[in-house]
Amino acid sequence: MLNFFQLILIYAGIYAIMAIGQNCITGYTGMLSLCHAGFFCIGSYATAIICKVCGLSFWLSIPVAAIVAGLVGLVIGIPTLRLKGDYLCIATLGLGEIIRNVATNLNPVGFNSIPRATLFGYQFASRNKLSFIILIWAFVLVFYVLFQQLAHSRLGRAMIAVREDEVAAQSNGINVTKYKISSFVLGAAVGGIAGCLQTAYTLTVQPGSYTFMVSVMVLCTVVLGGMGNAKAVILGAFIIQFISYLPQLTGLTNVIPAQAKQIIYGLLLVVMMLCRPQGILGRDKFRYGDPRTRTEKLRDFFARGKKKEMGGEA
Amino acid sequence: MSEILKIDGISVSYGNIRALSDVSMSVNEGDIVSLIGANGAGKSTLLKAIVGLEPLKEGSIAFAGETICKAKHHGGLTTDLIARRGIALVPEGRRVFADMTVEENLDMGAFMVSDQALIAKRKNDMFELFPILGKRKKQKTRSLSGGEQQMMAIARALMSGPRLLLLDEPGLGLAPLVVQNIFSTIKLINEENKVTVFLVEQNARLALKSSSFGYVLENGRIVLQDKGEALLQNERVQKAYLGA
Repeated sequence: MLNFFQLILIYAGIYAIMAIGQNCITGYTGMLSLCHAGFFCIGSYATAIICKVCGLSFWLSIPVAAIVAGLVGLVIGIPTLRLKGDYLCIATLGLGEIIRNVATNLNPVGFNSIPRATLFGYQFASRNKLSFIILIWAFVLVFYVLFQQLAHSRLGRAMIAVREDEVAAQSNGINVTKYKISSFVLGAAVGGIAGCLQTAYTLTVQPGSYTFMVSVMVLCTVVLGGMGNAKAVILGAFIIQFISYLPQLTGLTNVIPAQAKQIIYGLLLVVMMLCRPQGILGRDKFRYGDPRTRTEKLRDFFARGKKKEMGGEA
Repeated sequence: MSEILKIDGISVSYGNIRALSDVSMSVNEGDIVSLIGANGAGKSTLLKAIVGLEPLKEGSIAFAGETICKAKHHGGLTTDLIARRGIALVPEGRRVFADMTVEENLDMGAFMVSDQALIAKRKNDMFELFPILGKRKKQKTRSLSGGEQQMMAIARALMSGPRLLLLDEPGLGLAPLVVQNIFSTIKLINEENKVTVFLVEQNARLALKSSSFGYVLENGRIVLQDKGEALLQNERVQKAYLGA
């Protein structure tokens, strides 16, 4: 059982990273993209090729994956991001399939027995799940902090304005194309890094595992947690992973078919849209425009706490 | 008075349909100029053309001596660059960032301003100009009334410190009293902040009363142009727009 929860922790971490990337594209900038499986695939293959074929370090594959996925995002983004709504969705869906097909044609069986990642002589073995939990969640933490900063930066605010209203954003001096592409490239790069971590854990890559369903699952994670909220997206990743392992967890694998997951995701999306379209946690608040410094905020925070204790108005 | 906006023989088409043909006009710095016309006359198209949201088929538009829009592909600047030159548009239907609070909307309006102290000062000015926005600053814009949203859209446009403010039907769908209030604020902005205003309006009487100069647009052509007061006395305007 402990083993099982560790597994969920690992996959929740990988999907949390992917969802943080997807959140940048869909949550902040409001572009409905369905090709995160493609970027995930690029990252996985980057690690497989660099570690196995080139015999180089796993750590090198991380920047390479981010750069390659980002570049693919850039090249594809420039023509497709002119499209809106459903059209963009279909174009990105196509991109995801193209990447998977290229991977299949490159090597239909994928790569096996990829060398393990090492850090200061320590080998990350799949047996030792705890080490992976630490590794992956360290990445989650880094991306969480980075994107939290981003959301409250100039870049993040511009992205959110583009999501809210493109015409109004333009009239306020925001270059819509530039921010759409930046957000797509950033999201793609993060998706690529998630792929590296997945490969480091499984030590095999198969083109068959980067299907459209993966993209849907990532989108589902973002919608469930709360679009445009990095914290919510991580929560969403936990819930989605938990649901997808529910049959194994309850020991009902014989009763519940694997396809049931797809029904559950679909249902989840519909129910969320109807009952709580902003997601479980909802959108993150802006911090921008608060003239207080960090220390002042802390002081105010504690002062408020004290007031509450004394029974005064907070 | 110097000419701040010069529109020179522009035409705009939507497919085969001509929305504007050979429109020429100018706006002097420091003035309030209004453009009146019926539904579908091409008023909004003209404003969109000025900020580069509609491509020109013919002609050119110059702002403060610099050509910003030109016919032929890639002739002009993009909308965001035009905004950076100092033209702020309050779009038709307000287009506020509905999920952001009033304060966040104003912050977005100041996107081009990097001086934090200046942003804070302008925000205070806006809350003075529109006290209701100050009361509602932590509220989501979605929850504001139509009139309040219009005020917020104007305040957001002013946050960038524009030289020319374009208003697309500021009175659309609002109660007469609120419209009056908005027009007197527009006058105040023009006098106190020295912002040139070019507004498009169906409410001809109110628009012309507040303006020093007016244009009448019919079927994509300028058919009349004169001082605001003179247009109010004009027989044709009275008949068609003032219901006299």
